[in-house]
Amino acid sequence: MTQTKWLAAAAAVALIGFSGSYAQAQTLNQVQDRDALRCGVNVGLAGFSIADDQGNWTGLDVDYCRALAAAVLGDADKVEYVPLSAQARFTALQSGEVDVLSRNTTWTTTRDAGLGIHFVGVTFYDGQGFMVPADLGVESAHDLSGAEVCVQTGTTTELNLADFFRANDMDLQPVVFEGFEESLNAFFGGRCQVYTTDMSGLAAIRSVDAENPEDYVILPETISKEPLGPSVRRGDDQWFAIAKWVNYALIETEELGITSENVDELRENSDNPGVQRVLGVTGDLADLLGLENDWAYDIVSQVGNYGEIFERNVGVDTPLGLERGVNALWTDGGLMYSMPIR
Amino acid sequence: MSFVANDYKPEQPPPRKESGALGWARANLFNSWFNTALTLLALYFLIETVPPLIRWLFIDAVWGLVGPDVCREADGACWSFIRLKYRQILFGTYPFDQQWRPLIAMILIVSVALLSCIRRFWQPWMVGVWIATLFIYITLLGGGVFGLRPVRTELWGGLPLTLMLAFVGIAVAFPISVLLALGRRSDMPIIKAICVGYIELIRGVPLITLLFMASFMLPLFMPSGVSIDAVLRAQVAIIVFVSSYLAEVIRGGLQALPKGQYEAAHTLGLSYWQMQRKIILPQALTISIPPIVNTYLGLFKDTSLVAIISLTDLLLATRQSFADPEWRRFFVEAYIFVALIYWVFCYYMSKYSQYLERVLNTGHKR
Amino acid sequence: MAEQAARRGGAGPGPRESTAFLRDPRIRAIIYQVLVLGGVILLAVYLVSNTMTNLEQRSIRTGFGFLQSEAGFYIGETTLVNYAASDSYGRAFLVGISNTLRVALIGIVLATILGTIAGVARLSSNWLIAKLASIYVEVMRNVPLLLQLFFWYGLISAALPASRDAVAILPGTYLSRSGLQYPAPIAHWIHPWMLLSILVALGACYAYYRWAKQKQAQTGVEPRLFLPFVGFLLGFPVIVWLIGGAPMAVDMPELGAFRLVGGAAMSPEFLALLLGLTFYTAGFIAEIVRAGILAVPWGQTEAASSLGLKRSFVLRLVLLPQALRIIIPPTTSQFLNLTKNSSLAVAIGYPDLVSVGNTTLNQTGQAIECISIMMACYLFFSLSISFFMNWYNKNIALVER
Repeated sequence: MTQTKWLAAAAAVALIGFSGSYAQAQTLNQVQDRDALRCGVNVGLAGFSIADDQGNWTGLDVDYCRALAAAVLGDADKVEYVPLSAQARFTALQSGEVDVLSRNTTWTTTRDAGLGIHFVGVTFYDGQGFMVPADLGVESAHDLSGAEVCVQTGTTTELNLADFFRANDMDLQPVVFEGFEESLNAFFGGRCQVYTTDMSGLAAIRSVDAENPEDYVILPETISKEPLGPSVRRGDDQWFAIAKWVNYALIETEELGITSENVDELRENSDNPGVQRVLGVTGDLADLLGLENDWAYDIVSQVGNYGEIFERNVGVDTPLGLERGVNALWTDGGLMYSMPIR
Repeated sequence: MSFVANDYKPEQPPPRKESGALGWARANLFNSWFNTALTLLALYFLIETVPPLIRWLFIDAVWGLVGPDVCREADGACWSFIRLKYRQILFGTYPFDQQWRPLIAMILIVSVALLSCIRRFWQPWMVGVWIATLFIYITLLGGGVFGLRPVRTELWGGLPLTLMLAFVGIAVAFPISVLLALGRRSDMPIIKAICVGYIELIRGVPLITLLFMASFMLPLFMPSGVSIDAVLRAQVAIIVFVSSYLAEVIRGGLQALPKGQYEAAHTLGLSYWQMQRKIILPQALTISIPPIVNTYLGLFKDTSLVAIISLTDLLLATRQSFADPEWRRFFVEAYIFVALIYWVFCYYMSKYSQYLERVLNTGHKR
Repeated sequence: MAEQAARRGGAGPGPRESTAFLRDPRIRAIIYQVLVLGGVILLAVYLVSNTMTNLEQRSIRTGFGFLQSEAGFYIGETTLVNYAASDSYGRAFLVGISNTLRVALIGIVLATILGTIAGVARLSSNWLIAKLASIYVEVMRNVPLLLQLFFWYGLISAALPASRDAVAILPGTYLSRSGLQYPAPIAHWIHPWMLLSILVALGACYAYYRWAKQKQAQTGVEPRLFLPFVGFLLGFPVIVWLIGGAPMAVDMPELGAFRLVGGAAMSPEFLALLLGLTFYTAGFIAEIVRAGILAVPWGQTEAASSLGLKRSFVLRLVLLPQALRIIIPPTTSQFLNLTKNSSLAVAIGYPDLVSVGNTTLNQTGQAIECISIMMACYLFFSLSISFFMNWYNKNIALVER
């Protein structure tokens, strides 16, 4: 009997040893104690978050994680990436497995209010579209009645798809997959005639996952609004604020013309009070957030501003080849607008 | 008397029709019109399938380290895909330069498992050996001590993860299942009810719902802020699952023991736990070993389900290996390769369990 | 044991007596049970309170109210239950359940047939057949089902022609990457009545069987069973169909813009799942059948033969009844396994119970409710199959004397 007790005790100790630390403490302190930011990302979506053979992550969502790490830890490389499936993402964030979720996630009422998370802003304005094999000769999404559509479950995509077909009184035959890979394999294997996801995702898939990108066309219609952005757990206002202002800092620095190239020079020589404030030369904004004074400087010098991140990962010179479009700064007719950093 | 032979006739060879290959074929393949028809049908089937299969598998196959373009031209299987990607298949996302660690760990655990197959080593100290082995195994994978670089569990993958889930699963489930089995046979109504309820509930639902429960509900059960590793969550689900099946197996062993054993133990004045430890369990567990090996075999196959909750076990690592669009069409080769790995493990386990059944069947029977 | 402990406790001098009652097994049993029950209740309370706090903190909705709200997603295959995206989550679950039952029932029938054939083939005196059967069994049993499912699914989508170039395997029946499409009669009011008439026919079969047995007991002549049975089962529905005006309208699959539309279809997901489940489970059933037949002692065959029974009678009257007694219980658990294994559908995109439940979980975020529903359904399936089989088992079991 005593042996059993000991075994049980050992098992309990092992369990506790395995389980993670308490998140009851402020997330910021926790991240700083760990000296690493745990960031939930997509398992693999070119341009947003994708790992190479050596396990180095790149992408727009990944760069947000890097910016956040630069702001709170001073080093953009101190990120532990946790690849998450569409279904597992919210649970991982709720349970404290990740500190921030930066995984091309659409901001909706249900998610913001019903899942115990807060969206911190929008890093990419997207919309849902359709991709079809070129040889089908389809030119509009309105001609898709009767087609089989491959879609991934656990996404807003699945619901928008249903809405679109219902609204236009078209006949839909969905083929729903649990995993991103499965849905792609099915589409490229000819199981369905149509693939649907966010436009940016379609571009990424067409450029990276198709054996021959010319064989596929993306239809012009955008059937939904998909504001994609990072989110944090509810109940930690300080962390929420930091995550939010890191996002704004990326946009604000672009607006002020601060880039990774000129940031050192501007910090030394700029007379622009706005630049001085953002880069922490004057003012005590960082204190209010609980960060070091050079937080925004660290972001821009190590990761770059929003424009640089965009061009590097998804811009016209990348395989995705996306225009800035609505993702341009508000001064250029886009939607990217930072709350004033002051 | 000239009509009586006074010496033995030389022995004649049996009629040609009944000996040799022809005789064998007659006896085993063409002994009735129905069998003849079956044989011909089977032969036709074999001729249709086997030569093309061999041609595809070996003769026309691409063996060299070449790119996907060469493979696409070839008519046969593309084994160069396996040669290029075997490390990704076997180790999943484990850091490339650290893969010697899971390799050593696997060699260690497989050799200990092989040693435990020898009946001479069925001694109490084997339990200690196993605990030590599992401990070393997890340490090797996880690192963080002895100068080993820490590797987060999210990166564990491939065969090492599969083996860990299976071995740790059965090791932790074993004591639990003994208690459950004893509880189910106990005459204390409440304990019995709890054990029966647990066993039947878990056995009534598919493993995948338990895995979903572990990955979606377990985080809600924990006090706010405590988070459990995804691998550990899956491991817990597997332990819960397999302990109920093992409990039933052990209960079978307990029921198979003649009543006289219990009565004899009572006569000696042993207490309940003394009786269980010294008389009942050693015998019951010995009888249960073959079905325990079978349960283990089932568990080994079932660990592949963690692929559905995105753990990079052997199966998911394989699927990731052909995620590359250039290689996507060579999924058949990849599946054959892992199927072979699973098959080798499972086949020898099942043969071993059959062997044990024969050897251990000498004692008392029901 | 009770007296023993009492004696030991009672025999001790003074101080021991205070602990004597602890040595009474009955009291100890109560103490143990109270302790265990207390532990379980404490654990449950702990978990529930954690969960409640978490749910509240994270402002996650609770309760089964969501079952009435609009689901908003489509389901690819809705065979038995009508469903549209505007229907409720509850109805979506019904579709999932019906899809699970559909694949499980067909799978059970096919696996039983295939498994019996393979099991008998392994015992065949034909060496080649026995070898082939044992290779089949060893491969199926030792490769994970999920891997087999992926394999079949991959193969189906790779080997079949594209949806627009479907091949006709029978007139009006097409095979392509969109699955197996076949003509279906257009819904008519007589169809439900035809189904009902099959039930009536089953009843008639049973009544006829009882009558035949009685007749055999009286006269010793066993009336033919096979032909009348077929007659009942085919004749009744046909008569009802004729009464209904013999509706001939059939919905044929026809080439649409993207693929064949119309008729009825089995999706590739369904076919892959069915193939995988059937082949895998048949491997296990084959072993059970083989063991069951081997377990009947050879003397039974000899004794039956010496009574002068024909070979087929030996099998039907002597061997099978005994072998079935051994075969049925483990086969039942294989049926249960097949039903539970059908949950792997979620991996290849067949909308079964788990798949629909998972989608609902993802759209509503109500993990506890969705997973409980799934588990409750499977428990219900499991319990009903085992109750049915226990009942059947009791009926078929020979009364040992």
